Amino acid sequence: MASASIPAYSSNALENSSTKNASRESLKMEPLSDMPLLPGEERVIDKDIIYICPFSGAVKGKVVITNYRLYFRSVEAEPVVTFDVPLGTISRVEKMGGASSRGENSYGLDITCKDMRNLRFALKQEGHSRRDIFDILFRHAFPLSHGLQLFAFLSQEKFEENGWNVYNPMQEFRRQGLPNDSWRITFLNENYELCDTYPALLAVPFKASDEDLRKVATFRSRGRIPVLSWIHPEKQAVITRCSQPLVGMSGKRNRDDERYLDLIREANGGTSKLTIFDARPNVNAVANKATGGGYEGEDYQNAELVFLDIHNIHVMRESLKKLKDIVYPHVEEAHWLSSLESTHWLEHVKLVLAGAIQVADKVSSGQSVLVHCSDGWDRTAQLTSLSMLMLDSFYRTLHGFQVLLQKEWLGFGHKFGSRIGHGDKNHADADRSPIFLQFIDCVWQMTKQFPTAFEFNDRLLLTVLDHLYSCRFGTFLYNCESARDANEVKTKTVSLWSLVNSDRSSYINPFYTMESSRVLYPVASMRHLELWVGYYIRWNPRIRHQSPVEQRYRELLALKDQYLKKLEELQLSGSAPRLSNSTAPSPASPTQRVTHMHTPF
Amino acid sequence: MLSLGSGGGKPVKPSFVSYVTPEEIKSTERETSRKEKHPDLLPGEVVFCSTNPVLKYTQDDVSQRGIFGTLVCTNFRIAFVSDEAPSEEQAQLFKNKLYGENDIPLTCVDHIYGGYDEKKKLITGGLVRNKYPSKIIIHCKDLRVFQFSLTYAKEEEAKKIFQGIIHHSLEPKSLKCIFAFSYCEKATATPEIHRTPRTVMFDTVEDWTQEMKRTKGNCKVVSANENFSLSQKLPQFFIMPTAVLDEDMTKFEGKGLPIWCWSHHSGCALFKTASLPLMQEDGYSQAYKIYMERMLNAVAQTHLYSVKTEELSDTLPTIQDIQQSYSRFKQFFLIDNTTEFWLSDMKWFSSLENSGWLDIIRQCLQKAVEVVECLEKENTNVLIMEEAGSDLCCVISSLVQLMLDPYCRTLAGFQSLVQKEWVAGGHSFLDRCNHVHQKDKEFQSPVFLLFLECVWQLLQQHGPAFQFSETYLTVLSDSVHVPVFGTFLFNSPYHRATVMKNDSPQTQRGPLNCPEVWDWSLQFERKAQDLFTNPLYAEKPKQDKGARRTYRPKHQRQLSLPSSAFKTPPKKGFFKEETDSLKKMLRVKRISRWLHSPDSAQASTREFYEAWQRKPLDYHSLILPCLDGPAMRVWMQRYLRWIHEVQIFGGGAITVMSKLADLVGEVQELRRELERQACRADSNHQRAAASHRSSVRLSSSFPFATSRVWSFKPAIPTSLLQSLMITGGLADQDDEDGETLGVV
Repeated sequence: MASASIPAYSSNALENSSTKNASRESLKMEPLSDMPLLPGEERVIDKDIIYICPFSGAVKGKVVITNYRLYFRSVEAEPVVTFDVPLGTISRVEKMGGASSRGENSYGLDITCKDMRNLRFALKQEGHSRRDIFDILFRHAFPLSHGLQLFAFLSQEKFEENGWNVYNPMQEFRRQGLPNDSWRITFLNENYELCDTYPALLAVPFKASDEDLRKVATFRSRGRIPVLSWIHPEKQAVITRCSQPLVGMSGKRNRDDERYLDLIREANGGTSKLTIFDARPNVNAVANKATGGGYEGEDYQNAELVFLDIHNIHVMRESLKKLKDIVYPHVEEAHWLSSLESTHWLEHVKLVLAGAIQVADKVSSGQSVLVHCSDGWDRTAQLTSLSMLMLDSFYRTLHGFQVLLQKEWLGFGHKFGSRIGHGDKNHADADRSPIFLQFIDCVWQMTKQFPTAFEFNDRLLLTVLDHLYSCRFGTFLYNCESARDANEVKTKTVSLWSLVNSDRSSYINPFYTMESSRVLYPVASMRHLELWVGYYIRWNPRIRHQSPVEQRYRELLALKDQYLKKLEELQLSGSAPRLSNSTAPSPASPTQRVTHMHTPF
Repeated sequence: MLSLGSGGGKPVKPSFVSYVTPEEIKSTERETSRKEKHPDLLPGEVVFCSTNPVLKYTQDDVSQRGIFGTLVCTNFRIAFVSDEAPSEEQAQLFKNKLYGENDIPLTCVDHIYGGYDEKKKLITGGLVRNKYPSKIIIHCKDLRVFQFSLTYAKEEEAKKIFQGIIHHSLEPKSLKCIFAFSYCEKATATPEIHRTPRTVMFDTVEDWTQEMKRTKGNCKVVSANENFSLSQKLPQFFIMPTAVLDEDMTKFEGKGLPIWCWSHHSGCALFKTASLPLMQEDGYSQAYKIYMERMLNAVAQTHLYSVKTEELSDTLPTIQDIQQSYSRFKQFFLIDNTTEFWLSDMKWFSSLENSGWLDIIRQCLQKAVEVVECLEKENTNVLIMEEAGSDLCCVISSLVQLMLDPYCRTLAGFQSLVQKEWVAGGHSFLDRCNHVHQKDKEFQSPVFLLFLECVWQLLQQHGPAFQFSETYLTVLSDSVHVPVFGTFLFNSPYHRATVMKNDSPQTQRGPLNCPEVWDWSLQFERKAQDLFTNPLYAEKPKQDKGARRTYRPKHQRQLSLPSSAFKTPPKKGFFKEETDSLKKMLRVKRISRWLHSPDSAQASTREFYEAWQRKPLDYHSLILPCLDGPAMRVWMQRYLRWIHEVQIFGGGAITVMSKLADLVGEVQELRRELERQACRADSNHQRAAASHRSSVRLSSSFPFATSRVWSFKPAIPTSLLQSLMITGGLADQDDEDGETLGVV
């Protein structure tokens, strides 16, 4: 029996660990008959292929393509190399070399993934051997471009928990103490008529009538009017969000909008000024006037405008591209730090965090804020959700974090469909951008700086990012709530939170210490920001990912329980003194049981 | 006595740093008459001068003010004693018993700057006659920065204290003026606390014999240098290959003599030597060459007739390079004000890279891994050499032992290692630290700190393998500059012996005896010393068949590495080719293994690392560092601990570590309880309630820099505007979709 040891980089979906004990014997009978299949998943093709591993060279093996994943297992190499890539992760499939290409392994396929890796396969140069696999891969990796359905709609998976019940907007408003004297809940957008990219339920100033809201909607880009995201439980200061005002070149004013902003300010009794955080750099805000947008001018009497200098989706996309260049497949050696700096990735992370800190600081000092960028679904979502994580410990729990994503990202129409490009072959689409990844990175930086403040662990963040692309769950599909409703996502697909909440313990941070009324201010200095190696460089086998701290803690906890149990036994049995008789081996030191800390992810 | 009435403060021009302007200070709050306060003096400590009132600017205070007090200069330190009564809250857990948070030991002063109106000038000593600055800025070797305003004191007094400080902390002085000598004359010898296991000092034959036994080496202990007649650089006792002839020991004043460091369980061993630089071909150098061949032969005979030599200066930076790099590096942490901090934040990574400091650390670790590979994989004896034999040789040999020998990763083992390789090994601490402020600074270099930096890298990568904590390393690095311990005061054991002996005629107490740094109770209370242990560390499980057997699995592990012994042994440009005659002497087969090498050292160690990485990780066996860019980190605790802007209030890795430490404590308590219960038949004894340490909020710089005021104000980066210079069209095309807006 050859037991396959799987290098850390080879398995993708974290929950699929069943392949670990795959035996070689079964391999001979039917190709990869033991490969994991999800309910509803169907094998489409399998093929002998050579995987060109950037770390250990060419590996012979078999590849299976299903309607959900690409699965590879080596046949001769020791240790066995396997990997498992959901087709949704693929952003681009290209042919490499031609029938007449010379050189070993020069004919094959080159696959670019959305999760910071590339895969290269080589095939025999005879009889168009790659045609069928290329066509099938292309069709199934980009189903929407070929009139096929996303796997989430084909999946028959069942879970104990129903993740679609995680977030109930009304319940979340009530948790925040809404409605109250100053804020009301409006059903005006129930049928997405006021704003098709907003959620159905909105919290707005009590004094603003539905008619006011309609008028304001004409002056805000895409009708994304200022609405409440969060209210401070004591100080009643609020975080509101919206899109840019349609000021335009001529510098138009809109009294309804001005009055509406003043209503927001007034709703919080004492404050004299409403702070408007425009996430963009000043110049970009000015430039937006040319296309009809802009920013709040001096006509807004009781407001102060602060620009947060966060760049747009195109800048972020290029930054991540540069980052990938220096970490995959090989980590830049000679000038690692200056290369990292030149990607600007961490600098962008710093600016987003610094912006969120300013928002949180204002609100915790009792002043209401309004956050927007251009459309109010990218940078705005980053800023409001991060500042809410800083201010409200509820969002730092496993459940609360799901609520936060549902509310600030999915509810308010971050265009996941366009930003990720689910099932779409157009890999160069200018609409794609890693805004959500950047947000998760910011969250990771916060968990790193406050390792006891979050109930969830790194694994949750990795799982979220993996299924951001995988298309196995309906959670991140489409651009907004109205589109998800129209496509009956809630009834036809499974929620990612079903997976997570059915296996809560895997996502729990053992060091979590609840401190409910605490505001977290991370330090947005490059000195403290670090590259999230566990995500960006996780395919590199040289980089160790697991942290021994968590395991040691768990082991100690287990030991403590064991001791407590023994003590209890001793006390019950009264005078039974012999320790060696008890069930567990008696350790000579509390720490000695701990020898192997090697836990591959 | 000075009085500072409402008009007492002289108005000063706003200088380049203005946390506080004199107007802001409510002088009415202050008493009109004040008393100069002095710190509690240590035995042998004498006050040279003192001045009051002096304003100490507080960096970590949100209220933006300074503290008035007395600035004192003694033969031990520059001390600032606040006029305000210390509050109860200020009682620190991690208080150093020798000097307080506002004290700077004289040997800890790095640079002093004078603030003259708008300008900040480096004070180099000597040139300070009449003009004294309105402000003194002191940069310390432990990275603290102090700023004192002298504008409130009388001119005479201000001048006096300024000149006093400059004189005593910058001007060259004799070794005897170092505080340790006054201290140990007066201090009542503290009863040596015998901790088990104790730190081996390596000043007796027994210590060396024991070490030889521990590693099962087969070399000989030499006592020929007991009176330093053989060499003034070598320790009194040391170990050499058995094959070295007695008459060869006396030649070349100990140069070229292979000094044993450590034996691998396979039988091969690591040696170091001071090499004689050979400038030209003459009779002398010819004789030395022949002598060296005999020495190499002797080393080779230790195990399997194989030896590799490595002249460290060929590939590693010089001590001047190290000094220059560190000078650049430390500047990033000596922050005078907030603006400066945030400005430097933008170019942090490239500045870090340009300093070259992390790269020097990497090179040292890389070299150590190469040596480890020879010992572990090829079972070849290794002789490392450099001119003095006591700088990079100490770094590399200590690192090799740390990686290979789990004993060196225990607290006692580590301290013994430092004693063996550094103190007995004759590292020139006095010259390298420049404790006596020699004007000629060419010998100054933070070599020992470089070693601690490397250890820190290993510690942060393989935490569970080390018994000691990051805090321990930080405190050790600080202690180098506390002029109380004999450990870091001398250039060699000979130097120490002569200085201590000559000093004593007038006293009847016999030779002076400075305390060792390892007596941690001199600096910290027992409770504070708990922070030296690493809660991640798991002791090796004791095996039934006795300790001997513990080496077995290691053997197997080693054998199961890729059998590249004959494929890829040697490396180009690393281990030097030996002279022809040596080749003749040794078995040719052996040599051919490492003579022509296709791959570079880096590629080979990479393969070695990867092979090791594929094995299950055993923290009680060999550990190797990952040397990739992302794995090399800045020692945050040491360098960022005093910088207010980067303190994470209520956060940092320490929050996890303290939880872990609490749990370790609980488990230990339970185990003791269990043992008690098991021993005693009467089970009346009630179980002690597991004690939880009250969950105090810590900050990332714990246990250093106590923040008196819990800051609710976040640090908001300034100067964000200059930050990103995104070029090209991307930034301009702001509209995120490129669509025209529908609603106008």
